[in-house]
Amino acid sequence: MSTSHATVHHDHHDGHHAHHEEHHHEPGFWRKYVFSTDHKMISKQFLITAVFMGVVAMMLSIFFRLQLAWPGKSFPFLEYFLGKWAPGGVLDPNMYLALVTIHGTIMVFFVLTGGLSGTFSNLLIPLQIGARDMASGFLNMLSFWFFFVSSLLMFYSLFLETGPASAGWTIYPPLSALEEAIPGSGVGMTMWLVSMALFIVGSLLGSLNYIVTVVNLRTKGMTMTRLPLTIWAFLVTAILGVLSFPVLFSAVLLLIFDRSFGTSFYLSDIYISGQALEQTGGSPILFQHLFWFLGHPEVYIVLLPALGITSEVIATMSRKPIFGYRAMIGSILAIGFLSFIVWGHHMFITGMNPFLGSVFVFTTLLIAIPSAVKAFNYITTLWKGNAVFSPAMLFAVGLVSTFVTGGVTGIILADSALDINVHDTYFVVAHFHIVMGASAIFGMFCGVYHWFPRLYGRMMNNKLGYVHFWFTFVGVFGVFFPMHFVGLAGAPRRYYAYDAFPMFDSLKDINVVITGFAIMSALAQGIFLFNFFYSMFRGKKASQNPWRSNTLEWTAPVEHLHGNWPGSLPEVHRWPYDYSKPDKEEDFVPQTVPLAAGEEAH
Amino acid sequence: MTYFIILIIGLGIYAFAQLANVVQLSSSLKGGPEEQVTDKDNRFNARMMMGMLIFILGFFVWQIKEYSHTILPESASEHGVEIDTLWDFNMWIVILVFVVVNIVLFFFASKYYFKKGNRATFFAHSTKLELIWTIIPAIFLSVIIIYGLKVWTDITGPAESKNGVIIELYAKQFDWTARYAGKDNKLGGTNYKLITDDNPLALDKNDPASSDDILTKGEFHLPVGKEVFFSFRSRDVIHSAYMPHFRAQMNCVPGMETQFHFKPTITTAEMRKKLNNEKFDYVLLCNKICGASHFNMQMNIIVETEAEYNAWLAKQKEFAAKDAPAAPAAPADTTKPKMALN
Repeated sequence: MSTSHATVHHDHHDGHHAHHEEHHHEPGFWRKYVFSTDHKMISKQFLITAVFMGVVAMMLSIFFRLQLAWPGKSFPFLEYFLGKWAPGGVLDPNMYLALVTIHGTIMVFFVLTGGLSGTFSNLLIPLQIGARDMASGFLNMLSFWFFFVSSLLMFYSLFLETGPASAGWTIYPPLSALEEAIPGSGVGMTMWLVSMALFIVGSLLGSLNYIVTVVNLRTKGMTMTRLPLTIWAFLVTAILGVLSFPVLFSAVLLLIFDRSFGTSFYLSDIYISGQALEQTGGSPILFQHLFWFLGHPEVYIVLLPALGITSEVIATMSRKPIFGYRAMIGSILAIGFLSFIVWGHHMFITGMNPFLGSVFVFTTLLIAIPSAVKAFNYITTLWKGNAVFSPAMLFAVGLVSTFVTGGVTGIILADSALDINVHDTYFVVAHFHIVMGASAIFGMFCGVYHWFPRLYGRMMNNKLGYVHFWFTFVGVFGVFFPMHFVGLAGAPRRYYAYDAFPMFDSLKDINVVITGFAIMSALAQGIFLFNFFYSMFRGKKASQNPWRSNTLEWTAPVEHLHGNWPGSLPEVHRWPYDYSKPDKEEDFVPQTVPLAAGEEAH
Repeated sequence: MTYFIILIIGLGIYAFAQLANVVQLSSSLKGGPEEQVTDKDNRFNARMMMGMLIFILGFFVWQIKEYSHTILPESASEHGVEIDTLWDFNMWIVILVFVVVNIVLFFFASKYYFKKGNRATFFAHSTKLELIWTIIPAIFLSVIIIYGLKVWTDITGPAESKNGVIIELYAKQFDWTARYAGKDNKLGGTNYKLITDDNPLALDKNDPASSDDILTKGEFHLPVGKEVFFSFRSRDVIHSAYMPHFRAQMNCVPGMETQFHFKPTITTAEMRKKLNNEKFDYVLLCNKICGASHFNMQMNIIVETEAEYNAWLAKQKEFAAKDAPAAPAAPADTTKPKMALN
């Protein structure tokens, strides 16, 4: 199949004269690469934007890790990058908080929400369900452009005179509402709020599109129980986004009112800079309820796509059906549902009624059950498999490890009585970086390595992928595992330095070790970047179905066609996980192959 | 530390060697066979899986050995002991799951790698297995939930005795003030509009309960073995009163009042002896991001015998005794009555 179209690859150096075989009208440069309505191009736009934002956020984390390992030590290159915010190469305390804030914001929203869902929902939904494109190409384009503009604003806010937002990525008011409280709550916070409002608009347009597409545009034979788990994950993710992001939008809007128009939704009885503010009757806790009503589903908005991607990759690369397909769907749905009724576990010590706290303890710990089912199903899929260790497969296995390793400490944090003493300490930082940060980014890398041939028609280099994975994996454990101990020493997060307290003197070594591993992991990402961009232009040409996979996207021509398939759409006859089916010659049976006489459907 | 740097440099050299190697390989592989991953690579990664398992578990044990001394000492409060027991119970389950699942995962990954001629077992589901690993976690979690909620209710429920010390911790950027209820054992009412240099906590001077209140900065004292009833307020942004040695924490939220109570069980002097550290002090930290000096917002806590405590308290000045000019009294009805919001 691949040979007939081999001359028509998307590489833009010779793209303009290579399309003589096509019947559709060839769009010009702007329509093709910039204001594209093609889901495959939009997917790449999301990916490249997220890669850029990811590099920025990672650099910020290295800046503040240097300060944490060697507080007060001068690093001239900090002054080079940060100018007046690092006089003499020593990081300013306000800028420290700004870096922490923007690092978190970019990673959670721009890399792991926009980047992960944006890239893979866009690429895979139409291709895996057998659709010509998204339900609305135009809304899809708008979705990217809102995301892009919000990324630009967030990035630009780093260069503001008074600094970017610096109230933590959770921007709790009153700190985020009052410029007098911290300089970052001036223009920087305005920029943050505007950027996030645009981000939410983009995310909603995208999510609605994903839902409509999955529900309406499945090809003939593609029933819901024949969908690959990726699509189930993207669908539930999109539903979570549609239900929860508007709540963040209202939280942001009310905060804008409080900041600019003198309302008092979140402000009450405040005395600051020698002045008693007029606002009274509001509640800062209201903001936290609204924020975490999004914030907790957000964790799963980040995680579910990663779990969907790895389900697909582990099955394909183990040459085995995913174990417990229906249980996997059930656990995605259960996790999605429960994620809406657990937000209070972020607020056990806000003065919340202890009984209400108990309810949140109960619902939160319930999530451990579908999560455990998922982990065990992954492991059973590996059992007696025939695993091909592509870089994507390594990241998928890595995800299972981090998902479990970070997940188990959630059992501690969900227990309100135990949360009292580790709330807001490094124990929490360790927990969510492993379970959410590392797992989700592993899912993203997994997806990039696995579907690179679908994105760019070329293969990424395996060897570099291996080096990248092993360094990153060691780095994740090296950076985040010791943080548990920092937390158990009682060290709060978002501290500029720990030398004001003799009780933290013993943490100096740990902080140096953590920063060392952080620098190592950051350098390892350089290997990925090289591989990514090098392979884009010089990588080995991809064959039609390099991983011998069952799903529909591998039946579409390698070169990108508008409308995905020449001629009619493929028809689906079986579920996507017929790997190593007995009595079959090949160890995979694509979804388009009709059932043989007497063959049982799954 | 030195080993660590050597390790990183070593890994770095390895990476660059691979990098150089790879640029060559990538060109030679162009248009290569259908098979994307060589047998050698599969074998290498399968072995690395085992290596990774050893690294994870080894690193875990090494950290316990190296870093255990940094962990907080035994709890200095009554409920804290309960928390620590619950912690240990949960932690054993957590560590067990972490170790067992990682072992199984990496073992399978390293054992079942691709070999030519092998075929994976077509094993798509088993209701029995799936039930087993739904029910077993459910049982463990039920125990964890029930035990956890019992401890939580004990801690947040009413104290055994209503008799005790009443203290307010007042947070502002970037320091703490403690207010004792005084002889009447009652904190006076407040109104944030009354804040002046001489009335930093906005006490209502018309409220008779406020005149004997005692304000301290820098450190505050607690009697050992008596229940302490804390209430918390904030002047500007959210702070969090964190007393890690007592396993106690509560947010200080502007516009509302929060509460926590506990009973200290070990005096500062005893703890110094236990830790063999003459300079040790219990501390109150801020644990909610509150601005540039968030990292240095502290107050020492001195736990002492009741006699020592009473002697110390007697030396402190009462609020009314401070020679403060009369602030314009707020109308009585705007004064916030003392209340708990929840």
